[in-house]
Amino acid sequence: MDVDALKKEVTTSQLWRSVMRHDLEDNPRTRVLKVMSNLFMHLHPVRIPRFGLYLKHTWCMGGITFFLFLVLTVTGTLLMFYYHPVKEAAYADIKYLEFDVPFGMLLRNMHRWAAHAMVISVWLHMYRVFMTGSYKPPREFNWVVGVLLLTLTMLLSFTGYLLTDDQLGFWAVTVGTNMARATPLLGHEGPFGDKLGMTPYNDIRFAMLGGSQVAGNALLRAYIWHCIALPLIVAVFISIHFWRVRKDGGISAPQ
Amino acid sequence: MHQFWEIISKADNVPIVIMLVLVCFFTWLSFREALKYDRARAEGKTVKQAVYAEEAGFPERVAVWPHLVRQEFLVAIGVTIFLMLWSIALDAPLEELANPNVTPNPSKAPWYFLGLQELLVYFDPWIAGVMLPNVIVVGLMAIPYIDINPKGSGYYTLRERPLAISIFLFGFLFLWVLMVCIGTFARGPGWLWFWPWQHWDVHRVVAETNIDFSDKFFGVDSASPMGFWIGLAAVALWFPAVMFPPLLLPSFRRSEFFQRLGIVRYLVFSSLLATMLATPVKMILRIFLHVKYIWVTEWFNV
Repeated sequence: MDVDALKKEVTTSQLWRSVMRHDLEDNPRTRVLKVMSNLFMHLHPVRIPRFGLYLKHTWCMGGITFFLFLVLTVTGTLLMFYYHPVKEAAYADIKYLEFDVPFGMLLRNMHRWAAHAMVISVWLHMYRVFMTGSYKPPREFNWVVGVLLLTLTMLLSFTGYLLTDDQLGFWAVTVGTNMARATPLLGHEGPFGDKLGMTPYNDIRFAMLGGSQVAGNALLRAYIWHCIALPLIVAVFISIHFWRVRKDGGISAPQ
Repeated sequence: MHQFWEIISKADNVPIVIMLVLVCFFTWLSFREALKYDRARAEGKTVKQAVYAEEAGFPERVAVWPHLVRQEFLVAIGVTIFLMLWSIALDAPLEELANPNVTPNPSKAPWYFLGLQELLVYFDPWIAGVMLPNVIVVGLMAIPYIDINPKGSGYYTLRERPLAISIFLFGFLFLWVLMVCIGTFARGPGWLWFWPWQHWDVHRVVAETNIDFSDKFFGVDSASPMGFWIGLAAVALWFPAVMFPPLLLPSFRRSEFFQRLGIVRYLVFSSLLATMLATPVKMILRIFLHVKYIWVTEWFNV
């Protein structure tokens, strides 16, 4: 059996050529093509300044944040297979994950720690971008998008907190959403809220929780925000964020 | 002290300890890089020479494949291994089934919101829980439109942007990271202050007599009409007191900084700064002078 002949037979076949648009020899041409002809690699420019590789310059925090988002998407999807967002089942499902599902505890741990890590890495990413002045023209708008993503990251984490339906999540979310009562005009305990006819049954907190207490409706709402609405919104803003990095001239450098 | 170790090693608090270490490390790193650059500039090197000192003064461009792609791959593997080890070593916390009738003491928000919860000591919820978070987000977004200093874009420096960096570091390190740590590690039952060596005693009572601003300094009942006007004046005067003094100086008005900034940007910048500074001022008033409210009205208190 001639391996080289077989290799040539395979790599020149119509099937292979339809998927791989170029050969895999390592030369300057294929290095460019590997980036240009692959959707995922195409997020990158073909070339970057060498200091874009220096961890002491970039801290790699933006990349780590994005990777953690992917980890959270995968582990979160797997967790959804075992979880029912209803009061009767939620807590038992977590126990089931911890004690019965193969690797369920590992899966849940990874989701939780990756979530905490993402909050930290997104703060540090902002810290780095500030310290290198990378929000300066022409990157002003991308900083704004970044601030939105940072806020959305914390909201994603916050909505996930309630889903375990235990004392920790319940009271953390109760403390958090009780703040909404005090919203000026729109909360029943906020300044001028009563002047607008706000009560515990029609104010902004009611809209967030789907009720006057953190109960079944709040669990369902948190679940939908956490698993569908916020990830979709974040995905859109991540796309804009990455696209703008390229359009604004790549990694910032002194002019 | 024994209990402090318990609090620090609580599974959900481990990330905060990690964050604290990382924030200190990266602060040191960025200062080191900035000082290196500033020193090179002081020696008369150009910006590019100072930034690319290790590259003979010119930014070399490298192919993304394989250089960057390899690095991304290695970092992804590293993060995965780190997460795996973390998840094997520490289990995510799960307490008893949620029970609206059993309130834990202290009841804490998720750790990244504890800075805001800590501010509840000093402000009513409509400020600490609603206004300030919104001002923080809007203020962060406004940064690129306020800081129009063209220097320091794409490299670390302290000398070329001292004002921007000191304001940001004050906000990030002291008003955010430090407050999160206080809320997590120093606030026990009743949201009372506990030093690391103190036991979190649920029966502890601290007698604190807080009085309002107008009582404290003018002997006027804060709920009376006169107290209302004194409070209103104090709050209303705080902003111009921070914003306008520099404008009275002709040398400031003629300065290149102000000329470039313009009056509109200056007013936006200084009002955000006044809001930010009001936070530590209120904290100091509360902690050292036991002032509860500055301004008491029938609709809200400040």
